[in-house]
Amino acid sequence: MRHLIDPLDLSVEEIDRLLATATDIAADRSRYAAVCTGKKLATLFYEPSTRTRLSFEAAMLNLGGSVLGFATADSSSATKGESIADTIRVISCYADICAMRHSKEGAPLRAARYSKIPVINAGDGGHQHPTQTLTDLMTIRQRHGRLSDLTIGLCGDLKFGRTVHSLIRALSRYENVRFVLISPEELRVPDYVIHEVLEPKGIAYKEVTSLEDSMPELDILYMTRVQRERFFNEEDYVRLKDSYILTPAKMALGKPDMAVLHPLPRVNEITLEVDDDPRAAYFDQVQNGVYVRMALIMMLLGLSGPQIAEQGKGEE
Amino acid sequence: MLNIDSLQNGIVIDHIKAGASMIIYDLLQLGKLDCCVAIIKNARSEKYGKKDIIKIDGDIDIDFNMLGFLDPNITVCVIRDGKIQEKKKLTLPKELHNVIKCKNPRCITSAEESIEHIFVLGENNRYRCAYCEQEYDSKTAKQL
Repeated sequence: MRHLIDPLDLSVEEIDRLLATATDIAADRSRYAAVCTGKKLATLFYEPSTRTRLSFEAAMLNLGGSVLGFATADSSSATKGESIADTIRVISCYADICAMRHSKEGAPLRAARYSKIPVINAGDGGHQHPTQTLTDLMTIRQRHGRLSDLTIGLCGDLKFGRTVHSLIRALSRYENVRFVLISPEELRVPDYVIHEVLEPKGIAYKEVTSLEDSMPELDILYMTRVQRERFFNEEDYVRLKDSYILTPAKMALGKPDMAVLHPLPRVNEITLEVDDDPRAAYFDQVQNGVYVRMALIMMLLGLSGPQIAEQGKGEE
Repeated sequence: MLNIDSLQNGIVIDHIKAGASMIIYDLLQLGKLDCCVAIIKNARSEKYGKKDIIKIDGDIDIDFNMLGFLDPNITVCVIRDGKIQEKKKLTLPKELHNVIKCKNPRCITSAEESIEHIFVLGENNRYRCAYCEQEYDSKTAKQL
């Protein structure tokens, strides 16, 4: 049985296949409307996340399946002191697959060790968020037609931003990818990302503080929010939250085919005027997120879609 | 000079940093053994001045590699018929189970006490928590 806890749980080939399925779904999702008939997705959200939860639920509903679960820890047995291991053993009896969001890092891995159904990590603290990474990859490929030969700027909170760490690790497996890490000193990418991911693979990177200076060279600009919930100290949050704000003036410095991504929700780090720029891809990401999650649910449940079935016929 | 009989068959854990023998005794769960176990504290050492030694009188099957993590200077000798039959080479274990604790307050191990603390050996011989991937601080390890 397969789980998705870390973005690197999937090989490059598996990601290619998954993105191909997601792209096919995007072309006409009605053909996938009955793929998961009779299947149930449990959404175990110990930490509120409306966007991710609804995306998972929309994905399963689009596939003809049904959903059950809870949206906060308050409405789960965790308030009674039940362990993750016990909860997942119980949920395994109710559903065919589950998506888990938890504030504690490693909780979905803990669940996977006791689960009888596939577990999808829907975000664990500041650690991993693999389906966001798959969404980011799909959007990058949609905009540039490739995942190699790209200069990717990551801007904002690179310390606590789990989407950033996951994306760097996922993209580091592709050829000729270069990173520009744009952050204040206090929110630099953790050393282990540099020493264990970038340097061993000889991947070009630079750490800078100026967004403006970096704009002309970027194929992708990945903006992040400074997240209040990741700080133990409110003063630090207030001091750093407005470090980078993307405006039309800064966009004017970027390439014509640059794409701006953001895992959302945003606060003020991208001004509303930028939304009208065709290079703004962050709402495409939201839509792609549903398609990627549909493809992932199918993959983990071992279900074929019409695309795969048609390919099979062609080969015969 | 305190005399402790030589072993006929057993294991000698030598060159333990003075004062650390009880930590090792607990980690290896030697208290559960039926056989005779001697702990020698503050023995004279030409190399270190003082050292601790543990002698185990009997055949036991224990993974000594965690000692390599705790202190690479420790030596482990297997005694057969009163002679040293084998000097075990200590290597860093691939995983450490409940040897060190994850200090990350965001880790699931901080929320559920019953979860085993597992650290996995990664590149550059660094250990990371299996759950949150936080690297273990070796400065803290020396305090064990």
